Order: sequence, then C-alpha cells, then structure tokens
Amino acid sequence: MSGEASAGAGPGAPEPWGETRVVGKPLPRIDAWERVTGAAVFTRDLTLPDMLHAAVLRCPHAHARVRRVDLAVAARRPGVRAVLGPDGPGAAIPWYPDREGKPTSRLLDPDCRYQGEEVAAVAAETLAQAQEALAAVAVEYEVLPAVTDMERALDAGAPAVHARGNRQGERFGYSRGDLEQGLAQADAVVELTTRSACSVHTPMEVHCSVAHWEGHQLTVWDSTQGVFAVRAELAAALGLPLSSVRVVSHFVGGGFGGKLQLSKHTVLAALLARAAGRPVKLALSREETLRCVGNRPPNRLTVRAGARRDGTLTALGLEALGTGGAYPASATSGLLVGDLYRCANVRTAHDNVHVNAGPGRAFRAPGVPPAAFALEQAMDALAEKLGLDPLELRLANLPTGSQTRGLPFTSTGLERCLREGARAFGWREARARARDAGPLRRGVGLAAGMWGYEGDPRATALVTLLADGSATLNTGAVDIGTGTRTVLAQVVAEELGVPLERIAVENADTGTTQFSPPSGGSQTVLVNAPAVRAAALEVRRKLLGIAAGELHAAPGSLRLEGGAVVTAAGRRVLLKDLAGLAERVSLVGVGERAPHPPGKLALPFAAHFAEVEVDVRTGQVRLLRLLAVQDSGRVMNALTFENQVHGGVVMGLGFGLTEERVLDHATGALLSRGWHDYQLPTALDAPASIDWLPVDPHDRECNSVGAKGLGEPAHIPTAAAVANAIHHATGVRPLEAPMTPPRLVALLARARS
Amino acid sequence: MAHQDDGSGFSRRTFIGSIGVGAAGLLAPLGAGAAAQAAREVAAGATVAVTLQINGQAHRLEVEPRWSLLHVLREVLGLTGTKPGCERGECGACTVLIDGATRNACLTLAVEVEGREIRTIEGVARPDQPSAVAQAFVDEDAFQCGYCTPGQVMAAEGLLARSPHPSPEEIRAGMSGNLCRCGAYPHILKAVERASASRRGGRP
Ligand code: FES
Ligand code: FES
Repeated sequence: MSGEASAGAGPGAPEPWGETRVVGKPLPRIDAWERVTGAAVFTRDLTLPDMLHAAVLRCPHAHARVRRVDLAVAARRPGVRAVLGPDGPGAAIPWYPDREGKPTSRLLDPDCRYQGEEVAAVAAETLAQAQEALAAVAVEYEVLPAVTDMERALDAGAPAVHARGNRQGERFGYSRGDLEQGLAQADAVVELTTRSACSVHTPMEVHCSVAHWEGHQLTVWDSTQGVFAVRAELAAALGLPLSSVRVVSHFVGGGFGGKLQLSKHTVLAALLARAAGRPVKLALSREETLRCVGNRPPNRLTVRAGARRDGTLTALGLEALGTGGAYPASATSGLLVGDLYRCANVRTAHDNVHVNAGPGRAFRAPGVPPAAFALEQAMDALAEKLGLDPLELRLANLPTGSQTRGLPFTSTGLERCLREGARAFGWREARARARDAGPLRRGVGLAAGMWGYEGDPRATALVTLLADGSATLNTGAVDIGTGTRTVLAQVVAEELGVPLERIAVENADTGTTQFSPPSGGSQTVLVNAPAVRAAALEVRRKLLGIAAGELHAAPGSLRLEGGAVVTAAGRRVLLKDLAGLAERVSLVGVGERAPHPPGKLALPFAAHFAEVEVDVRTGQVRLLRLLAVQDSGRVMNALTFENQVHGGVVMGLGFGLTEERVLDHATGALLSRGWHDYQLPTALDAPASIDWLPVDPHDRECNSVGAKGLGEPAHIPTAAAVANAIHHATGVRPLEAPMTPPRLVALLARARS
Repeated sequence: MAHQDDGSGFSRRTFIGSIGVGAAGLLAPLGAGAAAQAAREVAAGATVAVTLQINGQAHRLEVEPRWSLLHVLREVLGLTGTKPGCERGECGACTVLIDGATRNACLTLAVEVEGREIRTIEGVARPDQPSAVAQAFVDEDAFQCGYCTPGQVMAAEGLLARSPHPSPEEIRAGMSGNLCRCGAYPHILKAVERASASRRGGRP
C-alpha cells in the first residue's frame, strides 16, 4: 500500500502508513496494572491535606420557587466551614444558556424547575457533618404546578416551565426535494412512530470535583472527559484568566458524554473552597447522577418512508418530538434520516419542549440511537411491504457523500459493512429459517448506522526522546477508558522504534499538557493520534540526522527499531549510545493535527446483525449473538477496539431492553433513583458472543493515521438490530424502547386478538 | 448475600440511633438473639475501638458504629482500591472478601467484621505479586475505565475460591452482581475463564 500517490491526509500531513509494526496490534494497555490493582487514583479517590467535604441541598419539588433560605442554623452545626445559598457570592453566576447564548438560569436560582435542582451547598470537616448540616437548612418553597410528560408539555393549560412557554425555540428542520411528491412516486409507503425512554449515563465513577486554591490560582481535579473544556467554562464562570485555572483528570471512571462540560457541583466546590480557605471535595451521590448531570432525552419519532418496487428510496420524512428537560439541550437528531441513505426527497421537523425534569446532555451519539430505532425499523417494514430482503433494500440506497452538507465522504464503508457482515453472520440462511411455532421464537435482524461528527482538529502533542532512549508523550487528551494513552503511545513507538514500556504518557492536565478537545464524539483517536504522529516524526527527523552523521549513512537508509538505529548493512546502535543524543540530553518534537481534508467528510459507518430468542409467554428477550461490523478506518489496537465495540453493543442493549428513567407524572418525582430501578445490563444480559468485524477502507485522506471514530458508531445500530430481530421472531413491531417484557407481552397479546 | 451475626457486641438498636448516612439503614431486621445481646450504649457521633484484620495486618481503629467498612477502608485507611459506585448494594464496585467470601463493603459495618479476615484488592493484586486473576484481567483487557475493575477482580477471586473451575454459566452468574457501565463483560468473562484455566494443576 505504501508509496502509492494519493491526495494525502490534508495539507501538510505526512504520508499515510503502509504496514505497521506496533499500531494495530492487540496490545494490553500501558496503564492496565494501575486500573486492575486499584492503584489508579480517580478523582473520587483523591484526598488532599486539610480537605473538606461538601454536599448540595436540592429542591424536593418538580417545580417551585424558593421564597427564603435560612442557613444560620446550618452554619453553626459541628464541623461546618462554609455555606452557600441563593444570596451568596457566586450564586448568580449565569447558567444554562439558550441557543443564542442567553442564560436561562443561575448557579443557585430561586426558580427550581426540576426535582433535584441545586438550592444551597455546605462544606464541612466530614461528609456526614455536611449532610447533617443540610438537614438544618430551612427553606420555604412556593410549590408550583409541574409538567413532566413531554407529550403533554404543549397542551393548552400545561404548566409553564419557563415564563415564555414550553417550546425550546421554534420548530426546526431540513428539507431537500419534495417529500410529498416522493411519497406519491413510491410503490410502497410505510409510516411508524417509535417512542424511546430517557436514559441516563450513570458512569461507574460518580461526577466528582476537588477544588484547591493557592492565592488566586485554582486547581480542580475533576472527573471529566475534557480538561480544557472545563477550564474554559470554569474560568469564565469565575471571571478568572485561563492561566489562573488548572484542571486535571488523570483517571476517569467513564463519561459517555455526561462529563463533557462544566457542572454546577464543580463551581460550588470552587466557591466553597474559596470561602473556607481549604480544599473542598464534592462528589455526587449515585442518586444525584440520575437527576442532575444529564441524560439522553426521551424521543417520539414518526418516520415516513417510500420506495419504488426495485427498492429505490423516493421519500424519507421525520417528525421528531423530544425534550431537553427543564433547560436548553438538544433532544433529537436528523442525521440518519438526512444522510444514511441516498434519497432525493427528505423532510425533517423537530420540536423540542421543556418539561420539569433534569436537563439533557450529550449521551453517546446524541439523538442517534433513538433515530436508528425508528428509521431502521421503518426500512425493515418497507422491505417487507416490497417483498425485498432488508439487506437488499439498504444496499439499493447506499450514499457516497453527505446529502445534507453537500460533501463527498473520504470513504464509505457501509456497503462492505453490510455485505461482509451478512456473509460472516450467515444472514440469508438465518433469515430463511422457518418461524418457530413454540413459545420460544428465534429471529434475526440487522440495522445500519453512521456517525456525523468529524472532530475538532485543534490538537497539539509533544514528544520527547530522552538521552537513554526512552520517550515521553505529552497530550491534553483524557483517557476515559478507551485506551487513549496506550494507542497514542503506540503511535510514538511506531515512529521511533522505542519499546512501548519505555514510553511514559503525561496527559489531561491543563497546567502541564498541550491542548486537546474533550474525549467524546468519537474524536479522541482521530484528532490526537495525527498530532502525536507529527510530533514523533519531528523527533525522528532530528534523531536520524544525528545518527546519519555518526554512522556515516544517509538518513533515509536508517531504520529505528527495538530502541536502536539499524543501518542498511544491519549494524545496530542503541539510541543511548548515540553521542549526539547524549549531548543534546533530549530531542523534542511538537506536533499539530492537520486540518480536515478540504471539501470532504471523514465519517465512520456500521452495521449490526442480531439473533434473538423471544419467549412469547413472558416477553423475555434473549440476545443469542450479535455481530458488529465497523468501518472505523484503521484499527489502532485490536484489543481495545474489540473492547470498545463490546461496550457500545452492551450499552445499546441497555437502551433497547432495560434502561428507563421513570418519572411520576403526577408529582414530577424521579422514581428510578438507583441502579436497582434504573437497570443496566449485567454479565447475564450480555450475549455469550459479541463478534466484531472491522472493515478498513484504507482511507488515505481522512487523516495521517487512517482512523475514523468508533465509540459512537459501535453503539448506534444495536437496539434497532434487536428490534428488527424481535419482529422477525414474533411478527410484532416493538416500537417502544426499552422493549421490556411487559411491553412485549402486551404487543403479543394484541397481535393474537 | 445474607448478613451474618458479627459478634461485635454492639446491638443494632444502638447504632440505628445514630444513623445519618451509610449502611445502617439497609440492615436486615433484628433477630431476637441479636436484640437480646448485651449492648454498650454509644452516643451519636462517638467512636468505639475495633481491631480489623485487613490483608493480614491488624489495624486498631476508633470508628463510629455507623461507619461502613467501605468508609473505613477508604477514608480512614486510605485503601482507595475498593470503589464506591452506589453505596447501597447495587453495583459490586466495593466488593471485598470477608473470610474468603465476597461481600459488599458498602453494606458491611466496620464493627460487624472485627475478628474476621478482610481482604481487599490491595491484598490480592499487586504488580510485584500478580494474582492469576489480576494477570488475566490485564492480558484480556478486561476493563475500560477500570473503575469497576477492582470489584470485578475481587468477585472473581471469591468465585474461584468457592468453585475453582466454574462453567461459563457459573461464571456469568457469579459475576452478575458486579456492574460494568463500560460494558466490558465479554472480556471480563474471558479473563475469569483464563484465570481458572491457569490455576489448573494446583497453582495459586
Ligand atoms: S458501592 Fe457497594 S454495591 Fe455499589
Ligand atoms: S470498566 Fe468502566 S465500569 Fe467497568
């Protein structure tokens, strides 16, 4: 593959790799031992000398106005060192900006719009003392009527969440061609409406911050996906220069999008720490993480789809209703309807309403898994109506570029995902199996997906080769558990021939590392690895220059491997024995990520194939096997790649089968307040085999490492594939997610009668 | 998992009187025997002396009767390898071994386990002396963020202690009390199988 002339990966980027030696291998992670032995210090584990513990008083009502808060008694409780109420310093910091950037609330706002909104905070010597002090805060609430059901939010007479009404902005959408005309041209048309519940990230490590002031310098250890994003927001909130705020996030116990932004508890910790003159730790409880640090909004999606007899799509329509909760947050996605299939006539319309519930946040491919659940079931229904295999219908409508953005893709692996997946899964044979007659019904289904974010290309990395031939890598990227540190170190090892165990990674500290955007949106590797590669290549050039002089060889004739320089004649000299390196002490390379390829989009694709067994007596669904086929470009580490695919699929099963935030619409109270009620998949729910198949289109244009994103696309199609398999097994369309036994039993009963 | 009688000498009624936070609210109902046991009255906020046997070392400590073992391990002794995930018995992140059996440290009061042998992740998985389970977790990449991982390792240790060569179904059931939000289950199950296989032939 190497040597081939190509457009290259953006202006100024190095030639893409051909064969690789370290990159792509199934290597255990460089920080595996810290994680496995519990030695890794997460923010939740951090204790500073003299540190106080803080807790937050939250509004017990779904909608209320705080008339009065009396902190006097609480402030005198044993151990209490600082209290903060709605009149305290910093309480008026603007919060929850709308689309125009105008704040809709304050840090501690007298208007509480969901059960759990922040009212006051206390820092004390121990957490128990802080919590006991909260019980002594006297609050007078004026309780207001609330609406928590998004389908009631626009009803006449519905309680107003905000004075200006319950719409989050005007209806918006997208259109090309003419939807109605497209439907008229179709030989078959289907329409269906799906509903998906609100799901909540609940990362294993709760959201947690430790704030510490030294004079005017603030350091915050935060369980976050993006140290630079949090620094920018925190500095703005506190009116400090960026240089006065340092944010550190060495180990993070999961994020999934819920830790991309600054949270209130982080600012509260900083304010309490300033007031007390002592470091303050504020860790949310599990219940608080289910209330107030984001969720995947519930959706009601109506899809209309039409196609000609040969399967050519003529029309796709989407009417989307979602709720970002009590404050501005996006709720639905038009990505798949607009771009997954070639279609001339498309129209989408999105309504986003306010309800009295915790605000939404980005959650692993915001809005897209619910959209896949709707669109991919509509595609299946359409295929059925046309008498086509669902695979054929999809193959008949493959895109080559983004029709919504008018740009070609650098590579489109969707066709290979579908074809190679169908072959590996044994799709045709499994599909042809006669439907079972007994109570246990087996069926297979597939769903496709894509992800639409190309990443923020502004990343810088620093690589240093040291006199003894070891190396350090400095990057601002957070490793949220996907193996970022390891994969980036592999890039250094690839270019410098330094063994992985001799590379140290310093990352995710705004005080000491280089800028990187947050680890999320499937951008971490594709943004940072090219920057690291550029830095390593600069070191490589310097190193080869030194070696060439000492070994009397042309730089281009030298190889770097096993911590040594090797000449064409096979002479090996260890890096530490190069006099020029010893003299320089270290060689530094600074690498910047090249811009995206102009006029093109580099996006990942996926297709998931599922086989399920449904017990029609109980509505219980068992996933027998799942094959995830991923076009994420180059596989950087086969072990962590596989692991991330598993994670995406398991989370997709949660979305599809078990996870549901439950609100009591009568009182607005959150009922799913822990993992007992908010049910995550367990080891018993994951299928015995989750197979994965990477499809690498050898994309030489996307960036200098050839990798596209993985975290999102590994998750997007899962629930839809399971839904289609359930339909294949039983003949009923499960249009509500999660597809719980009670829901399926009701559907099956209705189908029988 | 059933709570066993702890023999600590404190009646549950005494420390229920001092509940603020923590595990006490989740206790099993009083047995007649336990209620009848002589109790030392402890004022709210006051501490009592206990000696805990942790990873082979005796720790003489002053603890509040309401403190969970999880709290004592992390906040008093700095053993932060045992993780809080829910602090109400739902996730297994805090799994430790008490006399060789897995137990949620968040649902265990420190005063309950005086005289018992307590093992935490720090006692079983050290880079210089890797247990077969820890080594298998590293080799199989049986984690993503790693936050649930010490608890998974302890659950696997407990499972293999009571059933050295479990079937795949036994492994799934045995590990099902430990949530992994990252969804690393397939690798976790493989790691437990690998650890079990590597112990064949009597190796520890
Ligand atoms: S922290 Fe103990 S079970 Fe979750
Ligand atoms: S590895 Fe992240 S929760 Fe299990």
